[in-house]
Amino acid sequence: MNFQIPKELYTGKINSLKLGNEKSEIIAGGESALPFYNFEGEIPGKPVIAIDVFDAKPQNWPDYLLDYFNDVAEDPVLWAKKCIEKFNADAICFHLTKINPDAGTMTADEAADIVKNVREAIGKPLIVYAEAPLEIVAEVMKKVSEKNAGSNILLGWVEENNYKTLAASAIGYKNNLIALSPLDVNIAKQLNILLTQLGLPANKIAMDPSSSGLGYGIEYCFSAMERLKIAALLQDDKMTQMPIINNIAEEVWKVKEVRESEEVYPDWGNLEERGINWETISVMCLLISGSNIVTMRHPKAVKLVKEIISDLLQ
Amino acid sequence: MPLSGLDIFRLLPKTNCKDCGFPTCLAFAMQLAAGKVELEKCPYVSEQAKEALAEASQPPILKVEIGQGNYAFKIGEETVMFRHDRTFVNPNAFAIAIDDNTDASKIEEIISKVNNLKYDRVGQVLEVNAICLKNTSGDKNTFMAAADKIASLTEKPLIFISSDTDTLITVAQQYKSRKPLIHAIDMSNIDMMMKVIKETGCSVVVKGKTFDEISTLSEKLRNEGIRNIVIDTGDRNFKNDFFNQVILRRAAINKKDRLLGYPTIVFPGEMTDDPLKETLIASIFVAKYASIIVLSNINPQNLFPLLVYRQNIYTDPRKPMAVEQKIYEINNPDSNSPVLITTNFSLTYFIISGEVENCKVPSWLMVMDVEGQSVLTAWAAGKFIPEMIAKFINKSGIADKVNRKEIIIPGYVAQLQGELEDELGGQWKIIVGPREAGEVPKFLKNYIA
Repeated sequence: MNFQIPKELYTGKINSLKLGNEKSEIIAGGESALPFYNFEGEIPGKPVIAIDVFDAKPQNWPDYLLDYFNDVAEDPVLWAKKCIEKFNADAICFHLTKINPDAGTMTADEAADIVKNVREAIGKPLIVYAEAPLEIVAEVMKKVSEKNAGSNILLGWVEENNYKTLAASAIGYKNNLIALSPLDVNIAKQLNILLTQLGLPANKIAMDPSSSGLGYGIEYCFSAMERLKIAALLQDDKMTQMPIINNIAEEVWKVKEVRESEEVYPDWGNLEERGINWETISVMCLLISGSNIVTMRHPKAVKLVKEIISDLLQ
Repeated sequence: MPLSGLDIFRLLPKTNCKDCGFPTCLAFAMQLAAGKVELEKCPYVSEQAKEALAEASQPPILKVEIGQGNYAFKIGEETVMFRHDRTFVNPNAFAIAIDDNTDASKIEEIISKVNNLKYDRVGQVLEVNAICLKNTSGDKNTFMAAADKIASLTEKPLIFISSDTDTLITVAQQYKSRKPLIHAIDMSNIDMMMKVIKETGCSVVVKGKTFDEISTLSEKLRNEGIRNIVIDTGDRNFKNDFFNQVILRRAAINKKDRLLGYPTIVFPGEMTDDPLKETLIASIFVAKYASIIVLSNINPQNLFPLLVYRQNIYTDPRKPMAVEQKIYEINNPDSNSPVLITTNFSLTYFIISGEVENCKVPSWLMVMDVEGQSVLTAWAAGKFIPEMIAKFINKSGIADKVNRKEIIIPGYVAQLQGELEDELGGQWKIIVGPREAGEVPKFLKNYIA
């Protein structure tokens, strides 16, 4: 007997998305194999672990998570620096919440300035997610792009119904853009087609297929992403070759399984370890199905996921 | 692998005798390929053809059943590499490892935890499947004493691991009625082990250092008619075994390699000392092709997420996941609490109930059966329309539960408001809620204020 290892022949390749500039530069994507299958294709870089930072102290995080950030939670610059220096973040995912009239009064100009401050302070790539209705996102992020021209930040987000304003700004100020679709391979493709037709280079786009967490429909996400990666790598479909970003941390940290104490649910076991498992399992599920950039929060979860990534890509 | 009609035709007598009820052998072959008739309809088919057809109708990864009684489980029978291509079929089993030199009282404690660990989630019971006893002491008497203890304390299926052939033979003979999994047959003991496996009917693990070695072992067993086989690659390095699991699944599914077409067993607990890392490694093997995952601890903070994850990955993607139609009580509602209505697509239910729960507003959540579709899909399909919603509301008994006769509908179907009020004969006021679940907490807080 002489067993031949059955290997897959890949015809396509994921685009290399350049995040940050010069010293801070890293590449997301660029692989020509299914996730972690580096025995049969090139996987030049590791998935990017971006730790979440907010423009205001979070009101709804479990204490055991917030405790790691209590000393810096009022100051996004210090918070971001702590994530990089102490917790080994590859990038920062900065969330603008106070631009939403329901949550604060931050103007587009103020948002753009605070993004600039964080970016200049950290020396690592910056992802910015605006947490507000779509019209506000477009206006605010346009300003953010303008004041951070040429810095290769990743701007979140546009969707099928409203992409022109922000896409034009990403093109004009040479930044990257997140294309959000609702767990639907065809809509994800369609939006990439619209954006590239508008003149945004394909290698300046990251796809956000929408994220669901463990226990709350993560299998939909898993399969949508596997289908995108198979189209990209095995069928060489150019409009699915954008790296994938998952804004998954929020989905993990809002559910009762990471918040309710062992006293309330004795069968669920130790709360903090349960929360760490909830985050690591959710994140690894998305990484093995095709994510290139993920958002995370718990420092111990970050450490574990990075260890596993290194083990698999050694 | 299913044979085509023509493949089957070649195996038939080709006499067109019509005794099967079809005009020609070819017509009969086509019906066989489509699974519409049984081969027995042909009185003249050869033994050789019967065997070939039976073989061809087996799934590329054979089914193996372990244990007996209520907790028996089956593994294998997988047919795809990616769940979206059809579905993953038999959920992997989780087994808890116990060293045979563990204190008797400690063994009792672990078994009691395994027996009691149980979660109800979306209408399914999630449990640990098996106990895996390891001959860590190297001593046969210690092993047999621990086996006796465990077998008396639990009905769960058993996996017996020893590197001593004599110990394995004794334990297989003694516990054959429990249909345990015996670990393992390798190049050194196959001749002695094969006999006892055949006699006892126990399932057996083959352990080989290379794919060729595994094939050699499984072929020998197969020639003896032994097919209840599980594969252990013997590798306790996580990266290597990740690779092995992918390759084994591919060899079976894509290359139709019968000698590797068996379920597999992995040991995350032997790949790391950190229980959290072990849990994470185990989760990767859930999605990446392991059939039995042996864990070193029974801590619920590790088991609960893993069991939920297995449920997610093994959900059939062809069926919309639906939850039961009923009135869900969230945060202990009373007669003054708000009433919301939505559809029974499980994601819709999960997300809405999660938001309501988190905002701590006691509420009644009415979930209507629309065959597991989301609000907009169900509305477009004519299943979530005023006439039917009114019927559901009237039958549900919600009127007896609340004083405030108001029902909140999803913002996406705001247009139903007037017609639904008419259908309900003016008994209820319909309130238009937010479009997105994320806005529900704020909406509810304002609504009750």
